[in-house]
Amino acid sequence: MKKIKVGLGTCGISAGGMKVYEELEKEIGEKNLKVDLCETGCMGMCYKEVLVEVIDEDGTSSLYGEVTSDKIKGIINNHIMKNQPVEEWIVKNEKPKEDDTFFAKQKRIVLRNCGVINPSSIDEYINAGGYKALELVLKESDPVKLINTIKESGLRGRGGGGFLTGMKWQFAHGAKSDKKYVICNADEGDPGAFMDRSVLESDPHSVLEGMIICGFAIGSDEAYIYVRAEYPRAVYRLKNAIKQSHEKGFLGKNILGSRFSFKIKIKEGAGAFVCGEETALIASIEGKRGTPRIRPPFPANKGLFGKPTNINNVETFANVPWIIMNGAEAFASLGTPNSKGTKVFALAGKIARGGLVEVPMGITINEIVHEIGGGIKGNKKFKAVQMGGPSGGCIPSSMGALEIDYQQINKTGAIMGSGGLVVVDETTCMVDMAKFFLRFTQNESCGKCTFCRIGTKRMLEILERITDGRGEKDDIDLLLDLADTIKNNTLCGLGQTAPNPVLTTIKYFREEYEAHIFNKKCPAHSCSALVNYKIDAEKCIGCTLCVRNCPVNAITGEKKKPHSINQEICIKCGKCFDICKLNAVIKD
Amino acid sequence: MTGEKQKEKDIGKRDFIDFNAALWKYNGEKGAMIPLLQLAQDTYGYIPEFAIDSISEIVGIPSAEIYGVITFYSQFRLKPFGKYLIRICEGTACHVNGAKSILRAIEDELGITIDETTDDGMFTFLSVACLGCCSLSPVMMINEDTYGRLTPAKARDIIRNYKKNIKEVTA
Repeated sequence: MKKIKVGLGTCGISAGGMKVYEELEKEIGEKNLKVDLCETGCMGMCYKEVLVEVIDEDGTSSLYGEVTSDKIKGIINNHIMKNQPVEEWIVKNEKPKEDDTFFAKQKRIVLRNCGVINPSSIDEYINAGGYKALELVLKESDPVKLINTIKESGLRGRGGGGFLTGMKWQFAHGAKSDKKYVICNADEGDPGAFMDRSVLESDPHSVLEGMIICGFAIGSDEAYIYVRAEYPRAVYRLKNAIKQSHEKGFLGKNILGSRFSFKIKIKEGAGAFVCGEETALIASIEGKRGTPRIRPPFPANKGLFGKPTNINNVETFANVPWIIMNGAEAFASLGTPNSKGTKVFALAGKIARGGLVEVPMGITINEIVHEIGGGIKGNKKFKAVQMGGPSGGCIPSSMGALEIDYQQINKTGAIMGSGGLVVVDETTCMVDMAKFFLRFTQNESCGKCTFCRIGTKRMLEILERITDGRGEKDDIDLLLDLADTIKNNTLCGLGQTAPNPVLTTIKYFREEYEAHIFNKKCPAHSCSALVNYKIDAEKCIGCTLCVRNCPVNAITGEKKKPHSINQEICIKCGKCFDICKLNAVIKD
Repeated sequence: MTGEKQKEKDIGKRDFIDFNAALWKYNGEKGAMIPLLQLAQDTYGYIPEFAIDSISEIVGIPSAEIYGVITFYSQFRLKPFGKYLIRICEGTACHVNGAKSILRAIEDELGITIDETTDDGMFTFLSVACLGCCSLSPVMMINEDTYGRLTPAKARDIIRNYKKNIKEVTA
């Protein structure tokens, strides 16, 4: 029997995946076909959504991209009924394809089951080798050896900090207490990051298995997953997975006949970026305002409800079962001397092929952008990548040969972060980019530390006046001074890293700041206050669309004759630029 | 008691009883405040004042402290939303792909700015940090439906369609 899999991660659904699934179901029903139709998670190729994979009786796979209603009929009539795959719509099969470079340099450990198995089925997870690692761990029943394996693998916390996971487990293991907790941080808050959500939606059991193993290692019997309420599908799949896991005896009392018992509860976050910080997250689970507190004591000694607690993020836990099954050496053989294994990135922005990618550490930025990502959209010039979200920074294209590794990235002033990788081209203004992130941190500052609460506000005001064309000559120095003060006088990682986007853009794109301040020009033509809109008389056909839509009547001109914009009246709203169908309105 | 009776009438008896019944189930559990507030919001669409008082009574935390928790998290709201909740994504990918121009087009089409609700109670316009479908940017969500690869013109069309449907329904 043939099998049809529809990618129903959030991006697949947004692109119309549900409709595709329903139409396939209808076609199959009407034609009374013997086909196994099922859903799967994120396949990674978000730029080709909706994705439909057809697996023939002999196991041959054909992945169809950008599936629409028309294509469904074609696939059913030709591939399913006549055994004739529609080659021109296939983006991946055994034959060489244009999109093969998207996968060529990837190495899938965390995403091993994403887009492969049905996330609602525990049996498919088990058939893919799931829960074998847990069995092995319980059979050996040696927490110290287990912790050593994780230590030897060199796995670092994938949430952003990059602390060695094995060390963290060891601290929690060594803490003496009648009760210990495991927490999975799934409060993925960086704008432009969707790795953890994809893993939770596409392979929830791998995260649960990692958590259960961690519980055994540190001697805990209870865990929480703190997940964003904005991820309803991830919450739904997790609840389902926990239920199934209980039924199969991987969770609950005396797991697999051992003396080890473990339960997992879900806590839905209520929308606060700062709750990604571990002490703030703990406060939030306790039902309080999510503000960080001074460390030490570290959560490993005094965490949730005052008990020793180990916190790791989703991607970290998803790595654990693979390491147990394949050995610490296999994991450590990937990557660079100080960063082992792989990293999942959410590739987005002005890139031709955006999606979810997993690459070995040590890969260069150029390889990710040009080979996996297929270069920049629309023949524009690659300018920079933004890594680490609001805590990270912009790395210019001139440093594209840089190897991705915790140390190397930190040297640039950015951070590895949780895995958001946003590519920008020449039309993105770097001052505006810094302003964007600072506005975000300003909004999300919990308000506990004065320098974060007020300092970021003052920095934002300075950036606003620079992009409005009111920049003053000392502004860059003032920004640097404030950034230094904020870095040194705030409590948590979020405050300390809040100035990074500004610092890196000043470091690598200082001339853009100077152009704004001294020449009152935005080199990227992005800051509206510093842009003049003009009409290209050669392209304008005099359709009067812009004349009719200008809110201040700044555009004049007769029908079928080139129009012109009165700069004195123009408020630079950009409406004419947006609506002109001939691209006759230009920014200067 | 009379005050409470009035509230019952205002909100709808069924919801009120359900909410109170659910409240009692939570008795005694550690860290229950946020789930309780989420429950209140799921029941009423926002958190009414009397719900704060009820929660305070049950968990034994002063109303003022609960109010502090509510205002800390962006998910909670003290006023009801419009029938259609428009959430525009201003995440990094959407930002560099022109979310601002989409935002301006919607503001212009609805006559309200971010965090406001139209006078007829139909649309509430919010900005969020990331909807997580970066490859479809720029993106917005209206209630549970996601609209991707937007242009200002496409966004205007979508809003106009909603307005048209509202008109047809009321007519």
